Formats: sequence, structure tokens, C-alpha cells
Amino acid sequence: MRTQFTTFTAIVERDVRVMSRNLPDFLTRIGVNPVFLAFIFGYVLPQTGTIPADFANVMLPGILGITTLSAGVQGTAIPLAWDLGTTKEIQDRLLAPISLRLVMLEKIIMGMFESWVAGAFVFPVAYLIMSDNLSLELTSVGRLILLIVLGGLAAATLGMVLGTVVEPMRFAMMFATIIIPMVFLGATYYPWASLSKIPWLQYLVLLNPLVYINEGYRAVLTPDIPHMPFGYAVLGILVSTALLMAVAIRTFEKRALS
Amino acid sequence: MSEPIIQVEDLCKVYPAPGGRRVEAVNGITFDVADGEIFGLLGPNGAGKSTTIGMLTTMVKITSGQVVIAGVNVADDAIAIKELIAVVPQITNLDRSLTARENLLFHAKYFGVPKDEREERADELLELMALRSRAGDYPADFSGGMARRLMIARALMHEPRVIFLDEATTGLDPQSRLMLWHKIRELNEAGRTICMTTHYMEEADQLCDRVAVIDQGRILALDTPANLKALVPGGNVVELRTAVDNAGLADTLRRELTGLENIETEENTVRLFLDRPEQGLLEAVEVARIHDVELESVKLQPITLEDVFVGLTGRGLRE
Ligand SMILES: Nc1ncnc2c1ncn2[C@@H]1O[C@H](COP(=O)(O)OP(=O)(O)O)[C@@H](O)[C@H]1O
Ligand SMILES: [Mg+2]
Repeated sequence: MRTQFTTFTAIVERDVRVMSRNLPDFLTRIGVNPVFLAFIFGYVLPQTGTIPADFANVMLPGILGITTLSAGVQGTAIPLAWDLGTTKEIQDRLLAPISLRLVMLEKIIMGMFESWVAGAFVFPVAYLIMSDNLSLELTSVGRLILLIVLGGLAAATLGMVLGTVVEPMRFAMMFATIIIPMVFLGATYYPWASLSKIPWLQYLVLLNPLVYINEGYRAVLTPDIPHMPFGYAVLGILVSTALLMAVAIRTFEKRALS
Repeated sequence: MSEPIIQVEDLCKVYPAPGGRRVEAVNGITFDVADGEIFGLLGPNGAGKSTTIGMLTTMVKITSGQVVIAGVNVADDAIAIKELIAVVPQITNLDRSLTARENLLFHAKYFGVPKDEREERADELLELMALRSRAGDYPADFSGGMARRLMIARALMHEPRVIFLDEATTGLDPQSRLMLWHKIRELNEAGRTICMTTHYMEEADQLCDRVAVIDQGRILALDTPANLKALVPGGNVVELRTAVDNAGLADTLRRELTGLENIETEENTVRLFLDRPEQGLLEAVEVARIHDVELESVKLQPITLEDVFVGLTGRGLRE
């Protein structure tokens, strides 16, 4: 057990070394999404009168949700798919004295970390770009941190599933068929409660983990806007993470060993 | 003799293939590797060599049969096996985000080698593999030979008991190949067991203490290179080259030569496997003269493992 832990930390150290070496890339990858979302939905559209100014309040939780989800998914899925499919670099770690599950978990943790950094990055961006149109009411710092933590884990676990199931060549396809629908059907641009006029859709989207992430942020940041109770949001994130993890364990092992 | 370090028993691998087909890549092979031996798996592409290495090194799931390395069953304790072995794969899998030296250092770190030791060993191995001047470079720009040497250096960082080399010299220029042969012999002399695959018969012949000839997932013969070559009668092969393609010559020789065991033809060469090759050579030249066949060259050549393979399968290693 002691050696597996040593191996685990060495693998983390390797990833941190590589990430810090590619810091500009990393920050660009994480930053572009929230900057543009905040600029368009929090500044341009309200300024032009296309959407009401207070729409920024509906959007901010969504921006957090999209940003943390895509950072977590990409941070895990893209390097993994290349590693497993093309460069085989990960073999060095698969042959290290550590269980395959821990190698998988390490990749998820790195993706989760990217998601956290991305989430934390949204706040200064929102403050700088859209603060005129924003009236937040942070109800609990602890709950906000819990959401960023759990949302990142869910996103990175989803990234693990996608990265082990989808070939790198089909990534554009994956974004079109999985990520884009998740974003549009994720209570991102509207509160989940507003779907009550289309009940079948309101229940269908409960399969989408992003709904719980976005609704959780609404509960914490904009309590006046209708939102799911915080506890349900957290439960939803936990259940989706557990299901995704169960799938990821299988799909990772299937790809790692032939 | 002491207990073999690798024991493989009735090992099979079936890959599922598209359309519900099954690829029987390895089909019930059994062999032992002695401690300190250089053991070779010789066979053509697709014979099942990489799959076998994969099963021995925990990277390919075993369909049936068993593998025991240093008393540990691969199916029971993959982590313990990984501590004992190192693998140099057929396809480069160096970490391209790390420099050559970092590739070595992180590998050692994964195995819990203490800092001072791993720094010292990395420098020694870079020196040994003639990579010292490239220590700070990324492996993406390395030639095939350099990448292979770096992978061997990496394999040695955690002092494994058994090293698996899968087609270590495939695709290398003759000079790099000789250099690697030399390194492999040095490692073995330093006490390491080596299990390697190759489809080059000279390589198996030159390097290996024992060779398993493998084809279509089965072991056809397993012995020292000398004993394998002794399976082919005569000890030498007579090779005749005609000036023009002459299919009739083979038939004529088959009819008229005494003690002919086997005959192979390829364009305008005919290879004769004879009980008494020296005498057969004279007779063959005489047959050619009588039938007015113009000969370009006549050679008496030692038997190679290629001849052994052809004798066992009726096909060449590179077909
Ligand atoms: N991952 C795989 N999935 C399906 N078939 C495979 C896989 N790997 C190898 N094979 C098949 O198994 C057979 C043996 O392959 P391999 O072990 O790579 O042979 P060698 O290393 O001797 O060239 C070949 O027919 C090959 O196509
Ligand atoms: Mg192979």
C-alpha cells in the first residue's frame, strides 16, 4: 500500500510538472470560455438591449456550470484519449507498481483540478466584465466550495468515460452530440423550474448532471431566482458521479488492457 | 538446476474481432525461462509474439492458461509482477512531455527509487546508452535507435529481474542494431534474465541461449540455436544461382540427386538440403552441366534459423 501511494504521488507530480510547463496553454484553455460567455451574456447582450440586464443573474450560475464542466471533461478526456489511442505514453504508468484504478483516479483528479481552477477563474472575470448587470447574494462560501469541488469531480469522471469510449478522431462528433446537448438541456440559460411548462422535458433533463451543477450554483448565488433545493442538487451530482465512476472503471480497464 | 524464473503453461489468448469473429492469437503455448537466460521468441509478423509478451507483462488479459514469474502468478498479483519486470515495447511509448532524463527519473520515481539513487543511475544509463549529450532533449526528435536505447535505459532504472524486449531492433539501421545487441549481451552478463521477441533469425541465433520458434500462436520447436539448426539435415545448404529463371532445373535435380531431403526455389536460385552437402554440390553442378543449364554461382552455406523455420512451416519468416 505504501508503495502504491508513492507511485500515485509520483504520477501526480509528473502531471503537475507537465501542466506547469504548459501554463500559458492551460490558462488559455480554461480562460476563453468564461471570458466570452461573460462578455456576450453579461455585457454585450444586456448593453444592446437584446436581453434584460438582470439576465446576467440567470446566466452566471450557467457560466460557472459550463466552464467547470467543460474544463473537467476536456482536462481528462482529451489527454487520455491521445494517450490510450495514439501515443501509448500512459503505458509507462500502467506498468508502474500501482493498480489500474489508481492510475484512472489520478487522471480524474487532474481533470477535477482543472475544473476547480476554471471555476475559481469565473469570479474575477464576472466581476470585471459583467458586474454592472450582476446582483449576487452569496448565501454560503462553504456550499459554493462544495459545489465547485463536487461539480469538478462529476465533470472529470464524465471526461474519463468519454475519453475511454470515444476515439480522438471522433471528438468533434462527441462535442456535437453529447456536450452541446448537455449544455442546452442543462438549465444553463434558464432555471430548471421554468421547464415546468414542458413537464416531459423537465423530467428528462434530470438525467443530465449539468442540471444539478447549475441549479446548485443558483441556490448558492442567486437564491431569489427559482432553483432546486441545494440538497437535491448535491444529491444529483453525487448520484451521477457514482454512476459515471462505475462506468469509467469498466471502460478504462477495457482500454488499458487488451 | 534452479527453479525457472518464468513458467508459462498452456497459455491462450483469444481476441474478440469485429463481426463476432474470434482471433486466436496465442494457442496453448508452454515454456520455461531459466534465471539468467536470454530467451527468444522467433516468428513472423502476426505469430503472436507481442500478445505473449503482453500476457507475461500484465498488459494483455489472459484467456486461459497461466504465467508464473519468480513464484508470483500474473493473474493473482499484477502489482508484484510489475515490480519484478521491465518492458521495452515494440512501439515507442516514451513520455513526450518529459525530457530524456526526466523520462528516466520519473520512471524510477514511479517505482519508489530514492532520489540520490535515481539521479545517479539516470546519468550512468544515459552514458551507457550513448545518450548523455541528449539528456535534456525531448524524445519526439529522437531517431528510432535513440528512442529504443532510451526505452532500454528506462527499463533498467528500477533494476528489474526480468527484461522483456519486443522486437527491440526492428526498423533500426545495421549499426544501431549491432550496438543494441552488444548492450543486450552486457545486461545479460550483468545477471539479468532477458525474454525477447524477434523476426530476425540472425538476432535469435546470435543472442539467444534458447529460442522458441513460434507461428500462428503455437510453439513449433524450442531449443538452443545449435540444436534447432541440427533439425535440418546436412549442416550446410547448397545454393545454385542460374543466369536466367530456370524452373526445370529444380525438377531435374529432384529426379537425379541422391540424398536430397528438401529443395526450395525462388526466382533463379535453388536451395538444396542434402544428407551430404559437399558431395551433393559436385553432383548438382554435374547435373546442370549435362542439361546445359548455365550457372551463375554455386555456394555452400551454413544452415540458418530461417531454414529451420522454412523446414517447420514450409514458409519463410518474412512472407
Ligand atoms: N488488440 C488486438 N485485437 C485484436 N486482434 C489482435 C490484437 N492484437 C493482436 N491481434 C492479432 O493477434 C495476432 C497476433 O498478433 P501479435 O501478437 O501482435 O503478433 P506478433 O507480435 O508476433 O507480430 C495477429 O493476428 C493480430 O492481428
Ligand atoms: Mg509484435
